[in-house]
Amino acid sequence: MSVRVTLPAHLRTLARVDGEVKLDVNGEVTQRSVLDALEAAYPMLRGTIRDHETHERRAFLRFFACEEDLSNESPDARLPEAVATGAEPLLIIGAMAGG
Amino acid sequence: MSRVRVLVGTRKGAFVLTSDGKRESWDVSGPHFGGWEIYHVKASPADPNRIYASQSSGWFGQVIQRSSDGGRTWEPVGNKFAYDGPTGTHLWYDNTPHPWEFARVWHLEPSLTDPDTVYAGVEDAALFRSSDGGQNWQELPGLRTHPTASVWQPGAGGMCLHTILLDPSDPQRIYVAISAAGAFRSDDAGKTWKPINRGLRSEQIPNPTAEVGHCVHRLAMHPSRPGVLFMQKHWDVMRSDDGGESWRETSGNLPTDFGFPIDVHAHEPETIYVVPIKSDSEHYPPEGKLRVYRSRTGGNEWEALTKGLPQRDCYVNVLRDAMAVDSLDPCGVYFGTTGGQVYVSANSGDSWAPIVRDLPSVVAVEVQTLP
Repeated sequence: MSVRVTLPAHLRTLARVDGEVKLDVNGEVTQRSVLDALEAAYPMLRGTIRDHETHERRAFLRFFACEEDLSNESPDARLPEAVATGAEPLLIIGAMAGG
Repeated sequence: MSRVRVLVGTRKGAFVLTSDGKRESWDVSGPHFGGWEIYHVKASPADPNRIYASQSSGWFGQVIQRSSDGGRTWEPVGNKFAYDGPTGTHLWYDNTPHPWEFARVWHLEPSLTDPDTVYAGVEDAALFRSSDGGQNWQELPGLRTHPTASVWQPGAGGMCLHTILLDPSDPQRIYVAISAAGAFRSDDAGKTWKPINRGLRSEQIPNPTAEVGHCVHRLAMHPSRPGVLFMQKHWDVMRSDDGGESWRETSGNLPTDFGFPIDVHAHEPETIYVVPIKSDSEHYPPEGKLRVYRSRTGGNEWEALTKGLPQRDCYVNVLRDAMAVDSLDPCGVYFGTTGGQVYVSANSGDSWAPIVRDLPSVVAVEVQTLP
């Protein structure tokens, strides 16, 4: 079963993908395992969602799923079952901001 | 017939402007990387098809793009800029210690001889180098760990390393400039560094003649005389004839000696260009007149170049990396404004014409002269 991830438009352009990304995730489906799989498949996204070294989420990005803001959950917490089964996507969202 | 390719970085993407040697009719391509800040785009002198671009965003951080076909297609390469070893602290705006934090790449300087080697000047100030076409970046930590670094302080735009000059006569010699630490020189290919700020005077710091702390906005060099350096400082236009060992002021009759860019004519090493700007806070041309000033005597005596430039109601700025010269004859001079215009002079500055008028705010302009 693939995990579905929706990227912000600028990261879709950077990764040269249209629409959702589908990823095979090993083990438990967590923020960390999904982002590990995402960055393995699309190395150009390294550093654009989370820090290269600390893996801390970039300040102006949020992680949403199933109408919940999961941004401040532990990166090792299990994501909702609907994300793990591919029924719902993990949404990576850029903060609304001007300029 | 020769061609020129102008590489423009803006607040919302990169643009490539091309023309034949007449520099009258232009093709515009872009925006490339639309919506991203493009702090700098620069091509390799060793391979004109190899171009590097610094792409960044408050949301997504730093990306480096590389083209191997003259800017037609691009590929993202490495974007990991990790300081080498303990980061230490510099001074924050309130004089408290502040840890070094990577923010963005301000300037990319490709090697004079190897298309795969490129230097990056970053904020917070440090110098990085890649020798594999931008895939991997290693810091040259001798600069950031210089004994004076703990008292370096950011300028209003951040503590950025914005100028990198490679000496064509000596591969061991590199000059850099940092706002607001000053100018530095390495004579061992970037391993160790020496502040070269003797003769600078900055009334905005407690000791106006301190070894470091000067807000150098830009350095320029003519490749035929790499020991002669020109500087646009926060205030004052300066000149060194001894590789930065000492500086003397050459502001002369400029209407204001504040500004950001400074550049040298391609064929006349004593002909230099600046764009005087009103300051400390206005940062637009005096009297609303956009004027490039040219000195044919290496400073002190300046003439206003106004033909073709707006001489009323003009309140744009020209940023430090936004001026360049081509190597055609006569020499072409280019600059971009925060109002989105890129101007060209195909006659060494005697007259000007806009190539484009309505780009996003221009951050950087470079030009390539192509066969």
